[in-house]
Amino acid sequence: MKVKKIFAMTVSMALCIAMCAGCGSTGGSEGGNDTPATTKAPDAAAEGGSTEGGNTDGGSAPASGELIKVGIINNDPNESGYRTANDKDLKEAFSEANGFKADFSYSLKNDEQIAAAQKYIQDEVDYLLLSAADTAGWDTVLKDAQAAGVQVILFDRTIDADPSLYAASVVSDMAKEGQTAVDWLKGQNLGKYEVIHLQGVMGTAAQKGRSQALIDTAASEGWTIVEEQTAEWNAEKAQQIVQSAIDSNKSFNVIYAENDDMAKGAVAALDKANISHGVGKDVIVMGFDCNKWALEELKAGNWNYDGQCNPFQSSYIKDIITKLQNGETIAEKTIIMDEKGFDAATITQEDVDKYGI
Amino acid sequence: MSERALLELRGIYKSFPGVKALQNVDFTLQKGEIHALMGENGAGKSTLIKVFTGVHVKDAGDIFIEGQSVQIRSPKEAQENGISTVYQEISLCPNLSVAENIFIGRGEGKFVNWKENNKKAGELLESLGINVKPTQQLGSCSIAVQQMIAIARAVDMECRVLILDEPTSSLDESEVAKLFKLMRDLKARGVGIIFVTHFLDQVYEVCDRITVLRDGKLVGQYDIETLPRVQLVSKMLGKELDDMADIKNDIPVFENSDQTPVYEGTNLCSTEGISPFDFKIRKGEINGFTGLLGSGRSECVRTIFGADKVTSGTVKVDGREVKITKPIDAMKQGIAYLPEDRKRDGIIGDLSVKDNIILALQVKTGFFKPFSKSEAIEFANEYIKLLDVKTASVNTPIKSLSGGNQQKVILARWLLTHPKYLILDEPTRGIDVGTKVDIQKLMLKLASEGMSVTFISSETDEMLRTCSRLLVMRDRKLVGELTGDQLTQACVMNTIAGGDKNAADK
Amino acid sequence: MPQTNNDAKPANILAGLLKNQLVIPLAALLLLALFNLIADPSFFKITLSQNSNGDPVLNGYLITILDFGSELAILALGMTLVTAASGGQDISVGAAMAISGSVMLRVLCGSDSRAETMQAPIIVAFIISCVVAMLFGAFNGSLVAFFRIQPMVATLILFTAGRSIAAWINHNELPIVKDPGFGYFGNYIPGIPIPTPFFIAVGCFIIMWALLKFTTLSLYVQSVGINEKTSRLNGLNPEFIKLMTYVILGVCVSIAGFIKVSRLSTINYSVIAKDIEMDAILAVALGGNALGGGKFSMGASVLGAYVIQFLTTTLYKFGVSADALPAYKAVVVILLVTMSAPAVREKINALKNKKNAGKQASAAGNA
Repeated sequence: MKVKKIFAMTVSMALCIAMCAGCGSTGGSEGGNDTPATTKAPDAAAEGGSTEGGNTDGGSAPASGELIKVGIINNDPNESGYRTANDKDLKEAFSEANGFKADFSYSLKNDEQIAAAQKYIQDEVDYLLLSAADTAGWDTVLKDAQAAGVQVILFDRTIDADPSLYAASVVSDMAKEGQTAVDWLKGQNLGKYEVIHLQGVMGTAAQKGRSQALIDTAASEGWTIVEEQTAEWNAEKAQQIVQSAIDSNKSFNVIYAENDDMAKGAVAALDKANISHGVGKDVIVMGFDCNKWALEELKAGNWNYDGQCNPFQSSYIKDIITKLQNGETIAEKTIIMDEKGFDAATITQEDVDKYGI
Repeated sequence: MSERALLELRGIYKSFPGVKALQNVDFTLQKGEIHALMGENGAGKSTLIKVFTGVHVKDAGDIFIEGQSVQIRSPKEAQENGISTVYQEISLCPNLSVAENIFIGRGEGKFVNWKENNKKAGELLESLGINVKPTQQLGSCSIAVQQMIAIARAVDMECRVLILDEPTSSLDESEVAKLFKLMRDLKARGVGIIFVTHFLDQVYEVCDRITVLRDGKLVGQYDIETLPRVQLVSKMLGKELDDMADIKNDIPVFENSDQTPVYEGTNLCSTEGISPFDFKIRKGEINGFTGLLGSGRSECVRTIFGADKVTSGTVKVDGREVKITKPIDAMKQGIAYLPEDRKRDGIIGDLSVKDNIILALQVKTGFFKPFSKSEAIEFANEYIKLLDVKTASVNTPIKSLSGGNQQKVILARWLLTHPKYLILDEPTRGIDVGTKVDIQKLMLKLASEGMSVTFISSETDEMLRTCSRLLVMRDRKLVGELTGDQLTQACVMNTIAGGDKNAADK
Repeated sequence: MPQTNNDAKPANILAGLLKNQLVIPLAALLLLALFNLIADPSFFKITLSQNSNGDPVLNGYLITILDFGSELAILALGMTLVTAASGGQDISVGAAMAISGSVMLRVLCGSDSRAETMQAPIIVAFIISCVVAMLFGAFNGSLVAFFRIQPMVATLILFTAGRSIAAWINHNELPIVKDPGFGYFGNYIPGIPIPTPFFIAVGCFIIMWALLKFTTLSLYVQSVGINEKTSRLNGLNPEFIKLMTYVILGVCVSIAGFIKVSRLSTINYSVIAKDIEMDAILAVALGGNALGGGKFSMGASVLGAYVIQFLTTTLYKFGVSADALPAYKAVVVILLVTMSAPAVREKINALKNKKNAGKQASAAGNA
């Protein structure tokens, strides 16, 4: 009995700690930024303000009943710089000042995300914003949402479900990102292509899209893939894989890393073995996600290419919500964001400041 | 006689790697007799028992049951032949009910009717005079009752041969009496009982015949009337023995004097539920706590040593007031404590003999002053020699030593700290006669050199032989103090039983 | 007759060797080395070359093993003590490394995660991170020692919350230390061709060796792990000793975390030192130490850690994908656990006895 009690106590303690940590991080990221500019008052809130203007005290802030309720399900913001930027962007956009009442939940696991979605449906949110951990398994929940009149907007990641089940999806086209990068690589007109391919966590949309482009082109152009391994988005693992390739004297002239962290790990291994890399050097280094530090490396000429994966979906999502609130229909369900690829030769400081995350 | 022998073994051999455990041993058990199997530790008693219970398979020899040659290759076969064993450590399930324990594992694939089983168990327990409810959880019964339930289980399995391996070592005297009554009842029913024990008194109280083993060989089989105690002991040890007589004449006479006590405690009390008591001991004195098992005698010495949580009392060592709340406090005052439960509180099983010996002194010496390897070996060898510990080397794990030798190692551990006050709680339990005598002699020697000793033993005669003062406990209270002429078996019994007034009058 | 003597001696030596704990990790190491020798002898080649800064560095798989095995070996030191004293393992070391690494970067970078210069000396940052890691160790240790919670359950708390705490310390930012001097600790000191982590690890071994040699830690920890009650009656304070082992593990965690963040001069909270707790526990097990507490051999644990890195590097060399690595390690675990299971041990002993008996019989026959 006693043991059980103590166990229960510690578990609840652990939860408290976890919560504190969660709250702390929220507070931290908000505190770290200038207060987001209240650009335009959302239409719904403006309407509410005009009809009930006499009753409200301050008038400027919309009454809580008029806020648009949004449930946001995202991956863990600690996962990567991309996710951190993405989470920050969403938090800024869907603030109460902007007329939203947003709830956030984070998980890297599909089942936990589904549980969170069900909770939001029960809470009768107006919109459910979802960046799914896994592509499969969402049909039932989305049907529930539809039955409850909750509009679902996917962001960042697509899922394997009937498009009628969601209102819109704001995504990066990973295949396009990959293709842009591979096209750039093709344009370098190297004499030979010997590529070390560092993959992300297998099965994720980013890995699939970015890998496929390279695999297809390598097959059609006759490039050699020296090494093709997953480093699971992890710099240390990437370093060990490249180290292993160097130790076994494999010859290569391109590092195609599917994110910046892995590219960084690879470069650490190259530096150690005195293999030059970057603009006009022996090995071409390619990364993705446009972390600010990565773009700086690019600008310094240590890396050659970085593909953007746009984390700033909130403006796209807000547009959609505005349209839906006004009763408009969404013409194109899948909205692909603009994404760039940066070449070390042409990148400018403005690019670093603007697109770095 | 042999034509009606219930169990007969002829020419049994059994060897383990490096050890010839049994060589050409014969053993005969008649119907309706209680047969003591005697021998020092390592004489081969346990091996012999394991051979006819099927735990070990004999290398050579024959086993007959009622004249029929049988093969026993597993405990199950032994059971089918009507041989049951009740071990020293209870091997029942404490979390099941009494009835469940009696019937478990014997369902033969049928559905179990617990209601009927409870009823049957109730009848069985009643017929054996065991006063316990069948639905009671086994763990809530006393050890003695658990032991009797184990016997009841064996009886219900229609056993013809019942082996009791050290059944009395954790029982107090009234419980032993109950057990003996049960044994006699079973004997009357024609069950053959093999009784293994270290207690000579008990052997002479209840047994009909004795088989003595020594070094894996048969010494002989005797009728109890024809073998006086001294003879038995000398046969077990393989030499004529005057040691016991020696000790008897050697009671130190200790006169009360004005000398400051080495240890003096007033109003001592711990969380273990004993009434507050006063206690003191002088230089060179041997005294003892006596009383039935569970009377609080161990709790008293644990309080002195700070082994349990001390709740009240003031302590003076050599006249100076000190605080003893933890064992380390007591150790720093030169007090040493050999605990009652060797396995649980005494040995550190996986560690070597050497590490076990140096442990207490090392803790006293301090964290930053470890002994070098050679120092440690020197210490260990010194005491191994002094106490005649039988071990292959100083690096042998202590758990592979026999019980008596483990006890000597723990004694060595405390002697190494050169205590001025040594507490020995049941140092002679479950060890062979030779070692018992050694330990008693050692106590007397230490006391003559000026060490104070407190001694606890379940065998009153041991205490009478060595102590100059006995403190008697009853129901967790200190009820009497006996000295001088009062130190007789009868007087102690009276005091324990509650006739302390009479005792005082004498 | 002298012949029989000669026969007996090697057998005794062999038997003695088999009893030694080092035999398991050594056998595993030899097996791996043999495999690589047959598959590709170039595995053992070591070359001296220059890195991109023009400093000499050694290259080769063996160097890689020594380099990347360091964190694991350092953790194995603390994990061995924790296992011996408390009869359980700390599964939060990976998360605790994230925390101590995060603290370190927070101190070094100050409030600006892209600071051009270090805001504090490395030693100060290290000491602070070390204290934090020790505090978290003490937290785990007190749950185990005073509240008597199963170590795996107690450390589950930090295992779950640790990485979030690490992220919170730096406000979710991913600081980067730009000073190249910080990178020396996880890579190379200019002019010295041997990776720095190896030196740090060796330093830790020496300190641990001294700790075991010049204090009674080893005797105390083993006593408490084997029999707590007896230890208490011999004047030890089992709770304090358990707590101390967790604090020592905290120190190991902070050193390992320091190496990890220094390797890339940055941190990624969710993946730094991921799954390292399992490797550290495996190292202790591979060293033949009882996972239920009691006797331990520090050397065997360290060797076990390098064997695991050897295995990892070998698997990378043969192109086994990183997400399949745990499966191979699982095979090792299964082998170890079954080999140490009492049932299997008995069988092996019985087999040995039979063999010996057979030998003796045949020898007798020959005579």
